Amino acid sequence: MAIRMTKPWIELTPAAVKVLPGQLGVYQLADPEGHVVYIGFAGGRSLFGLRSELERALRERPASATRFRYEVNQQYTSRYRELLMLHVADHGTLPVANAADPPTGLGRLAPR
Amino acid sequence: MNLEPTEEQRQIVASVRRFVREQILPLEAKLDPDASELPKEDFDRLTAMVREMGFWGLDIPAEYGGAGVDLVTRTLMAVEMSQHRAGLYAPCYGVFGSAGLAQLYEATEEQKQKYLYPMLRGEKRGFFALTEPSGGSDPARAIRTRAVKDGSDWIINGSKVFISGADRAHFGLLFARTEPAQGRSGITCFIVDTDMKGFHVRRVVHTLRSSHYATELQFEDLRVPEANVLGEVGKGFAIANDRLSRQRIPYAAACIGVAVKAQALAIEYARQRETFGAPLATRQAVQWMIVDNEIDIRTSLWLTLAAAHKADNGQPYRMEAGMAKLVASEAGGRVVDRAMQIHGGYGMTKDLPFERWYREMRIRRVGEGPNEVQRHVIARDLLGAGLR
Repeated sequence: MAIRMTKPWIELTPAAVKVLPGQLGVYQLADPEGHVVYIGFAGGRSLFGLRSELERALRERPASATRFRYEVNQQYTSRYRELLMLHVADHGTLPVANAADPPTGLGRLAPR
Repeated sequence: MNLEPTEEQRQIVASVRRFVREQILPLEAKLDPDASELPKEDFDRLTAMVREMGFWGLDIPAEYGGAGVDLVTRTLMAVEMSQHRAGLYAPCYGVFGSAGLAQLYEATEEQKQKYLYPMLRGEKRGFFALTEPSGGSDPARAIRTRAVKDGSDWIINGSKVFISGADRAHFGLLFARTEPAQGRSGITCFIVDTDMKGFHVRRVVHTLRSSHYATELQFEDLRVPEANVLGEVGKGFAIANDRLSRQRIPYAAACIGVAVKAQALAIEYARQRETFGAPLATRQAVQWMIVDNEIDIRTSLWLTLAAAHKADNGQPYRMEAGMAKLVASEAGGRVVDRAMQIHGGYGMTKDLPFERWYREMRIRRVGEGPNEVQRHVIARDLLGAGLR
């Protein structure tokens, strides 16, 4: 199973967010160059799952986010942490908008 | 054998029950349904409160600063501590402290200074790496990770899977084969630092238990000094088995705690929810589910307390601990399943804790030795050790 998220980016627009599923899962936000600037998840308390979380991203625009991609995933907690650890492994740091409020006890991965 | 709690045990149970109700449940209501950690300020505050109550370090021997409670009392407390959404795998979110890697109590003083004491102070975290892609229930045959002597060091190559907490750990206990042809006597336990060259956490292994994931490890020419051998070379199998029976008792108790809470919620709902003009509680189909739940809970509890009682009295209890783990994990699954059924559609939602318990309880039939292995061990005890 590919552990990095490789789906194509979608423009972060109201029209694109409006049709998102109300399911649980994880998502990434990126700047115009495709650099991931934020990784988040839609958990059990998200009113309309991924759609609610991306609506919030539309309103608050973490860093210079202009694009997004997502993954419907019931294991959103472990997948969210995995994506953060992968980002640290690949880039040496957390995404810029996660760095201000990192999750406690994030582990380390050394993927092949 | 008298399994009636003493007055002191009743008071302890009441204290823990009040702690869960007044401290844990209100915080949990604000957390993600799959959360397994409290915000740091809450964790620190509640840990201080537990220390004040004298309950911190339940599984740590008294000589190392633990609470020093007997196993029957520990069982009664575990039943209470697990009665919340995260309770099965994160009872009270860990504020009662953890024994960590109990095998380190047998370490050399130098090893204790470097690993055990910092772990007990909460400064270092450890992992336990036994299972490999080739299996986990039969380590004598399944372990293929190889350790070869090189001067005063050992060079380790191989992999491990389903290892909890390795990505966040500072060190771990790693079991490797030092004598290829000698079965269980060819296994040695090494203490490895996770910043050693050649130690890799390759991936997260996603399971039903979303909040407590496992990891897959790989060792590439991992050089470990002789001083990091835990116990003796070739005696790792005994270290791996050490304390397993003891751990199975609180493991069973946590299943019972979740079952008790599920049953309480089911009874409350059955009394108030009406269908076709009468409460669910008046329906025989629901009554029987409630009754079967209670039988499952009491059977599990008595078996677990009996195992704990034997352990406290210095009697052999391996078979009883295996029975407790087996019965409690299977009964817990049935109770949660029935409670979900009674709650109907709401029982399937993340609004209520059942769906998390349902997923996590399923793992309990495999974790700490699959129930089929428990039956195998119990059969050997009943039929004779020579039986293969």
